[in-house]
Amino acid sequence: MIPALRAEYRKLVTTRLWWVLLLCMALYMAFLGGVMAFVLTQEGGGGAMTGGFGGGADEMPPLPPEDLVRTVYTLAPALGYVFPVIVGALAVTNEFRHMTITPTLLAEPRRSLVLGAKLVASLPLGALFGVVGTLATVATGALVLAVRGEPVLLDDPDVLLTLARSVLVLAVWAMVGVGFGAAMPNQVAAIVVLLAFTQFVEPLLRLFLGAFEPTEGIVRWLPGAAGEAVTGASFYASSGIGNLLPWWQGLLALVGYGLLLAALGRATSLRRDIS
Amino acid sequence: MTTTDGHVVVDHLSKRFGAVLAVDDLSFEVRPGRVTGFLGPNGAGKTTTLRMLLGLVSPTSGTATVSGRRYTDIPRPAHVVGAALEAASFHPGRSARDHLRVLAPQVGVPDSRCDEVLALVGLTDAADRRVGGFSLGMRQRLGLATTLLGDPRVLVLDEPANGLDPEGIAWLRAFLRHLAAEGRTVLVSSHVLSEVQQTVDDVVIIARGRLVHASSLAELARLARRTVRVASPDQDGLRRLVERVAGGSTPGAAVSLPEPGVAVLEGVEAAAVGAAAFAAGVELHELASRDVGLEDLFLQLTGERAASGAPPEPDGPGTRPVADAATERGAA
Repeated sequence: MIPALRAEYRKLVTTRLWWVLLLCMALYMAFLGGVMAFVLTQEGGGGAMTGGFGGGADEMPPLPPEDLVRTVYTLAPALGYVFPVIVGALAVTNEFRHMTITPTLLAEPRRSLVLGAKLVASLPLGALFGVVGTLATVATGALVLAVRGEPVLLDDPDVLLTLARSVLVLAVWAMVGVGFGAAMPNQVAAIVVLLAFTQFVEPLLRLFLGAFEPTEGIVRWLPGAAGEAVTGASFYASSGIGNLLPWWQGLLALVGYGLLLAALGRATSLRRDIS
Repeated sequence: MTTTDGHVVVDHLSKRFGAVLAVDDLSFEVRPGRVTGFLGPNGAGKTTTLRMLLGLVSPTSGTATVSGRRYTDIPRPAHVVGAALEAASFHPGRSARDHLRVLAPQVGVPDSRCDEVLALVGLTDAADRRVGGFSLGMRQRLGLATTLLGDPRVLVLDEPANGLDPEGIAWLRAFLRHLAAEGRTVLVSSHVLSEVQQTVDDVVIIARGRLVHASSLAELARLARRTVRVASPDQDGLRRLVERVAGGSTPGAAVSLPEPGVAVLEGVEAAAVGAAAFAAGVELHELASRDVGLEDLFLQLTGERAASGAPPEPDGPGTRPVADAATERGAA
């Protein structure tokens, strides 16, 4: 396993795409952190988000400071998780796209081991995305909050725990990406489906399924919702859309998605003939 | 060392892709210390066979082993078999050295080995360049470097001469000869016999997934000798002529009688046959010299070119080994 992990690490650092994506995530999260901190501290801002979905803005009390900082500081796992997912998926789809899967499997014919190494190797990489994405969010978010005269609460142990979980869940998202890439090794298809699902399909599902009582319980188990549950705060939840699982259940659910997708990939694309 | 060490054995190997039988009950053996050409037209099943040998494609039936073991059963297989399958399996953004460094941990060699093999194939100066900017010839060299990482006993190269200029082909030829001289087993596929003709010791020729010929190159060359076809209405005269030509005057000549009134003589000049006919007073209606080159023979064997009456002809008299023709000569 150690040689396989070293090989995976080298595969990653010898290409450029990962740090381009990391840079994109940092900029995107810094932007979102600042903007959301500003919007949510507007007069009646806590309700502004829910105005379109639930009750009127006037009926919503402003967010308490703890919820405010938590919503801002966890924007990375709420909205930016697509970056570690894509990086994880690319670790598999790149091998099929450039047919490097051939020399990879010639050097190590045990395909489960190759996939396992990719899953494990994605965790520290995802954690790096987690650290950078979370720090970028907090940097601008806290700055704007401070300027607006709100408490930044960065000495609060609960807030720090939330930040740690934000890093943790983004690391797991990279692993989910590896599983997804194995299940859908066509690179273009994988990226299109990932973007469509994370940015469009799941938000819609959460909105519509969450609106009806019989399907409301399903929403919490959707991958994005499970991911948000890990940080215990949710951009969606604070917007009044659905409840979240306990954090550890969310984590297990997300790990489960990753392993399920990886098992699916092992039984399909990685079982098939490589030709 | 066991008797199978360094041997590649393909045993009743078949692969079906849906309705297509890509490889059909194929058996052959490749020996160490020799360069073996694995030949056949495009689509004959060469790459599929090699991929089954390397555990990338699972056979429908049959086995393929290296040193008596399936590829997937060999621990650290890159130390036993080095394989390069297509010139395209590189990430274009990686440098040549990085391509090798990515593989080195699993091959089980130190990083210094990467520079060693780059030097062996003459890519030292290009080590830090991205593979995306490489010519096909440079990619072939990098593929070859990849196969050498684990210093394996057996080398499997799929179309390694593709995209090489004449200089590159000459280099490859010398390189493969050198590897075989070190006692390694070298299996090289190609769809053009002439490309590897001066490199290989043995040939395995397949067409439509089936074996059509396996022998040393020398034996194949013997099938490809010049032939002279003579036709005469005088059957007895023809026999006298054949006896005169085959018996003594030109030793080594072989004869076949594909149809009444026609004789095909191998290893003689048309002029000698004509002179013999004149001396014997035999009326000739046809006297034709046909130069069957190796490439022609290859194309006929693989069914790419229809056999034209003259030998060699698949399953016809022409492909019979010389010994058979000699038997006929005795009968004649």
